[in-house]
Amino acid sequence: MAPTICVEASGRAFDVAIIGAGVVGCALARRFTLDGARVVILEKAADVLDGASKANSAILHTGFDAPVGTLEADCIAAGHAEYREIHARLGLPLIETGALVIAWTEAEEARLPALMEAARQNGVPVAPLTAAETYALEPALGPGVRASFRVAAESIIDPWSAPHAYLLQAFLNGATLCRATEVTGGTYEDGGWTLATRRGDLRASVVINAAGLYGDLVDRQLLGEASFQIRPRKGQFVVYDKPAASLAAHILLPVPTETTKGVVVCQTAWGNLLVGPTAEEQDDRANAPLDGAVLHGLRQKAETILPALAGHEVNAVYAGLRPATEEKNYRINRVADRAYVSVGGIRSTGLSAALGLAQHVAELVRPFAPQMVPLADPVWPTVPNISESAPRDYEAPGNCGIVCHCELVTRREVEAALSGPLAAQSVAGLKRRTRVLMGRCQGFYCSAELARITEGRLSEPMVPPHG
Amino acid sequence: MGKLPDHADLVIVGGGPAGLAAAIEARKAGLSVAVLEREPTAGGIPRHCNHPPYGVREFGRLMKGPTYARRLVAEAAAAGADIRTGVTVLALHSGPRLTVTDNCGARDITARRVLLATGVRETSRAGRLLGGTKPGGILNTGALQGLVTLDGLVPFQRPVILGTELVSFSAILTLRHAGVRPVAMLEPASTPTARWPSAMLPRLLRIPLHLGTDIVAIEGEQRVTGVRVRGPGGERTIPADGVVLTGRFRPETALMKPSHLALDAGSGGPVVDQYGRCSDPDYFAAGNVLRPVETAGWSFREGAAAGRAVAADLAGDLPAAAPFLTIAAGEGIKLAVPQRIAPGARGGALQVRVDRPLRGRLVLSLAGKAVASQRIDTRPERRLSVPLSAIPQGATGTATLTVEEAA
Repeated sequence: MAPTICVEASGRAFDVAIIGAGVVGCALARRFTLDGARVVILEKAADVLDGASKANSAILHTGFDAPVGTLEADCIAAGHAEYREIHARLGLPLIETGALVIAWTEAEEARLPALMEAARQNGVPVAPLTAAETYALEPALGPGVRASFRVAAESIIDPWSAPHAYLLQAFLNGATLCRATEVTGGTYEDGGWTLATRRGDLRASVVINAAGLYGDLVDRQLLGEASFQIRPRKGQFVVYDKPAASLAAHILLPVPTETTKGVVVCQTAWGNLLVGPTAEEQDDRANAPLDGAVLHGLRQKAETILPALAGHEVNAVYAGLRPATEEKNYRINRVADRAYVSVGGIRSTGLSAALGLAQHVAELVRPFAPQMVPLADPVWPTVPNISESAPRDYEAPGNCGIVCHCELVTRREVEAALSGPLAAQSVAGLKRRTRVLMGRCQGFYCSAELARITEGRLSEPMVPPHG
Repeated sequence: MGKLPDHADLVIVGGGPAGLAAAIEARKAGLSVAVLEREPTAGGIPRHCNHPPYGVREFGRLMKGPTYARRLVAEAAAAGADIRTGVTVLALHSGPRLTVTDNCGARDITARRVLLATGVRETSRAGRLLGGTKPGGILNTGALQGLVTLDGLVPFQRPVILGTELVSFSAILTLRHAGVRPVAMLEPASTPTARWPSAMLPRLLRIPLHLGTDIVAIEGEQRVTGVRVRGPGGERTIPADGVVLTGRFRPETALMKPSHLALDAGSGGPVVDQYGRCSDPDYFAAGNVLRPVETAGWSFREGAAAGRAVAADLAGDLPAAAPFLTIAAGEGIKLAVPQRIAPGARGGALQVRVDRPLRGRLVLSLAGKAVASQRIDTRPERRLSVPLSAIPQGATGTATLTVEEAA
């Protein structure tokens, strides 16, 4: 049995309750905690980042291609800026690869000037490049490049360590995290909310719905109606083994279409090469099944962009769901007379915009939030580094040896991820904290050892008991 | 165990059958030998193959894998090899020099020669681009055997097995040992890969064997609930609580890919000559890292030969690595190992595999002239060999292997 980690929330009163511990919820928790609120985060899954945030392309966008003048563009710009400001203090990587938007057809080439103009209006510097200049930067590109432009500030980050760090900072400065705590209902009366959860009731002055793929359902549950409708959009990805990473120095972007940014090829913070995502509408909010034919198609697409990929191995395949809605915009809805904000429709740009969204929502809430005094001297924790851009634990003494050979994850790292107040509660959570099982062998070598180490310490065991 | 040595005559990367056999031979020649094994226990893959037949040729008796592995380790230790477990090699450098890490952190060790014996692993679910969800209960044979044999953990009761290689039957034996009977065995090809008598095993154990059948999608949320398959009868779902992905081995070359050593796309392993010498002659390689996939016994003999070659080399008795003859894999040839023939000994053979079922003649030609040929009627998983004695002494340039298909 997983420990009941939420006894301290039961029956208590909080200033702000945040529903959903995805990247947006974690950033909100950090913001409100630093602003002086008593915060509780309610997550229905066994571990955090288990919905839309578990799968994305791990890019810290500048917002150069966001619709000009939108809230989304503002939040990405603010989020990008705040990440740059705080990442070093939290021990988070920032790999400034820059991006190239590449035109492969005449029609795409014709669209580059408008895209560059939009980037300038969004305040993001870009530089046009000829085909020859493009090939000089990226010699592995396949034939047919007509032109491109470079966005220097587009960067690669670790998509899980970042929200884990936001959450850890919130927690160490007093926030309460309740996992496996699904909100089942709530009432607003006498200027405050009573939220019913699977693990008891609690009170909060303000409720923020950051439930991602379930945002409209939570709205309906608490308000009786939803201001938006979630339409899950699946994105499938293929991850190549580390030797492939040398084929692309920049994030390689296509010219976007109306519905999607298109298939990206880029490095990851862990030294792999990523290809994806697709954009496929579906009804299911919980499962994002992979499709073998689509994965083969992604491989082919990647090999037209970088022909040398044909000789490289695939390490991992995954699929994520974007909480898209019936409209393109972010769906931020404030219900002032019930001290409620829903943060809906945060699609592909949530990772980049999260810190900016948190700033924006904090402003929205200010009029009806209790008086808060920002923390004078907040704790600034650092999260363990698992990216290739900084020293890793396997290089240090006392690491207790390597458990996962492909990703060079040490026993000390696994033990650390399994202990403490924010310990991993699921295999997926352990993977996101350490990279175990995510390398080229996908568990061939380390599954047995990990099953032994994690026995009795996860909400769902790696190996089910058979009575 | 004292501190990890910072130098040895021969440092061996990988403590499976090939590495340990090499250690024994190198010790016989009086070399100082360190074996670096990243797992907590040496012995390699046989450690978790809890079934015979192992050891008949090496030790004159029939053993199960774990017994055989323990015996190998004991022999190498008795011979005076310094076997270090829990040591991971991070990088290979010329010199030869290795960057390694263990509980004490990362540092470098040097050697006069290095032998790479890192073995193989099976292709993962991701590597196969299989569709469906990602529940728990999808394993390669290696992970399954690690759980069952080393830890006594049984991850499922009604799994589907994909593949019909030798290792697939090893998976069946492991499951049988755990009291688990697979609900189906799937093989995308029209015939089983492994040859009789293994192919009789499913029938003996009453496991339905579905030929011409592949996995379309794996189903289930927390755990596997079924496997969607496509076969001669169309598509259907087989209820199951696990999937064992067997075989499709690939050499474990993660260390070699970023290094200065030449790799062969055909074999997936390092380029070697008939002595097991790599493109950097301070490095040797032996065992399944050379090509997928041979038995433990084969790897043992290959390792022993490499150990003797290293000893000869350090005694100044090995012919120079160059000028060598390059063996090129032509039409129809998947791999040929060794890829180079150095001056000197002409014992042994080229190991050859084809890339599709082929009938006709296998021909090795040099300067437009056939130096060896043989009639073949073969399939990709079958071992072919061409005696090195057919290659004239002093030949350089390129000799090409091709298949002339029968009309």
